Amino acid sequence: MNINFLNLLDQLPGALAQGLIWGILAIGVYLTYKVLDIADLTVDGSFCTGGAVFVVLLTGGAPLWVALVAAFLAGLLAGFATGIFHVFFGISPLLAGILTQIGLWAVNLMIMGKPNLSVNVNHFRLLVSLRYLQEVIKGERPWYQSPLLTVSLLILSLIAILYWFFGTEFGTGVRATGSNIKMAKAQGINTDFAKVFGLMLSNGMVALSGALLTQYQGFADINMGRGAIIIGLAAVIIGEALLVWIFRNFALRLLSSVIGAVIYFVVIQTVLWLRLDPNYLKLLTAVVVAVFLAVPHWKNKFASLPARNKGGL
Amino acid sequence: MLDIINISKTFNKNTVNENKALTSLALSIKDGDFVTVIGGNGSGKSTMLNAVAGVLAVDCGRIVIDGADVTRLPEHRRAPYIGRVFQDPMMGTAGGMSIEENLALASWRGKRRTLRWGLSKKEREFYCEKLNELDLGLEDRLTVKTGLLSGGQRQALTLLMATLRRPKLLLLDEHTAALDPKTAKTVLDITNKIVEHHALTTLMVTHNMRDAIHLGNRLVMFDKGRIVIDLQGENKRQLTVEKLLGMFENLNDFDEFDDKLLLS
Repeated sequence: MNINFLNLLDQLPGALAQGLIWGILAIGVYLTYKVLDIADLTVDGSFCTGGAVFVVLLTGGAPLWVALVAAFLAGLLAGFATGIFHVFFGISPLLAGILTQIGLWAVNLMIMGKPNLSVNVNHFRLLVSLRYLQEVIKGERPWYQSPLLTVSLLILSLIAILYWFFGTEFGTGVRATGSNIKMAKAQGINTDFAKVFGLMLSNGMVALSGALLTQYQGFADINMGRGAIIIGLAAVIIGEALLVWIFRNFALRLLSSVIGAVIYFVVIQTVLWLRLDPNYLKLLTAVVVAVFLAVPHWKNKFASLPARNKGGL
Repeated sequence: MLDIINISKTFNKNTVNENKALTSLALSIKDGDFVTVIGGNGSGKSTMLNAVAGVLAVDCGRIVIDGADVTRLPEHRRAPYIGRVFQDPMMGTAGGMSIEENLALASWRGKRRTLRWGLSKKEREFYCEKLNELDLGLEDRLTVKTGLLSGGQRQALTLLMATLRRPKLLLLDEHTAALDPKTAKTVLDITNKIVEHHALTTLMVTHNMRDAIHLGNRLVMFDKGRIVIDLQGENKRQLTVEKLLGMFENLNDFDEFDDKLLLS
């Protein structure tokens, strides 16, 4: 058994590309988990919905951008369902998300017609693809067609739009809803609407991310969203833990989630390179997320304990 | 300005825990009145305030603010009429947002929230000026998150937010109860100053008899979901803690008398 460092270097661009694509999902998770203070499990379903809608439309003859926009809209609808379950049916957000996620399983199968649907990079012009990445590395394609650049530009424009939106009067109201719902109501903010809107926007981003991953890997799969929320949370939490000290601005906070996603995939690639059984990856992710979630809690808990050898009268 | 017309509220109706918080309560407040509300725990004073603010739906009766029947309006749609300060200093501001963002949110209270971006220099100057009036040194800290402020600073800021756009009605729900005596006095002074300056119609719930007596031009005392004492004008001005306690004890004697009659 020899572990070749060059193998790891070879795999890094792939990890970067995946990290960036999942970074868009991480931005969506940030919007619910950090801005709205809701852990939204719709993500596991809406990620696949985005991929499914994209593949079906593109292979059905729709232009690339139409398929992408449609995937985003499908995500909005998924978020809308969760929002209605929460604010209109009065179901807790956690359970509302699980309900939508379960329902979406059937919806996704309906959209695709079968559990796995591929999109052939030879027949369709895609926005991003593993193939493009490999060809750029081999020098068969100009550098500016690298998926790394395409996704980065897309992320920057998405962050710019979100930064603008959450700085408007309406967007500030959505942030206030997540920060202090009682105060938001007292200031006349329709908090129900704000929550539904936030859930929609978040799942729109998630579905867009799903559509991009589908292109990158060349297929949509009914299981592609399984555990997506945990990866998204991992990205948000890692990004925050590492960059909260320097990234205070809202746009930079969003960017830190993307960086968190990239770090996550580089770490995963590294442990795979160290010959960890891929079947254990989810366990590893769960433990990492649990520990990162615990750190702020522990900090509070132990910082507030009286020091041992002081004042013991 | 505010008409509370025979509202009733019963919690846990038809159970062993049934609790009649308000029984056909009626209260009418004129424009510019500063009403202090006292009463023991469970007397219904907070329930009344929550009913007016729209946090609770009443079982029956009507609530009219400046001619508009708001009884069926949800909380956020009553906000155009009402400015509120809560007991818990954490409640009044969004702790994760800056002072200027909180003030901006308050300046849009009851207005349609548009897609206009950011704050203008003029708005910032206006907020600075207003914060300057509080005299707490907050005017240099516009971008500080309110979660980092002290309880007193937050209550003062919440007061400013509640009155930034003149409300038809200001509701103060034991807003100094969670503060130390010195800070409570500062916040009460600010309250008095703001209310007088804008001639605001105000309902202030308090546990402190002295504050209830010294502030405002009308005092109502709640007991068992009803108003049992209602003093204004000369009667209110000449009130002392001893007199008020005496009145309250007389009421209780009366109740005991009632009980004795029932039991005999």
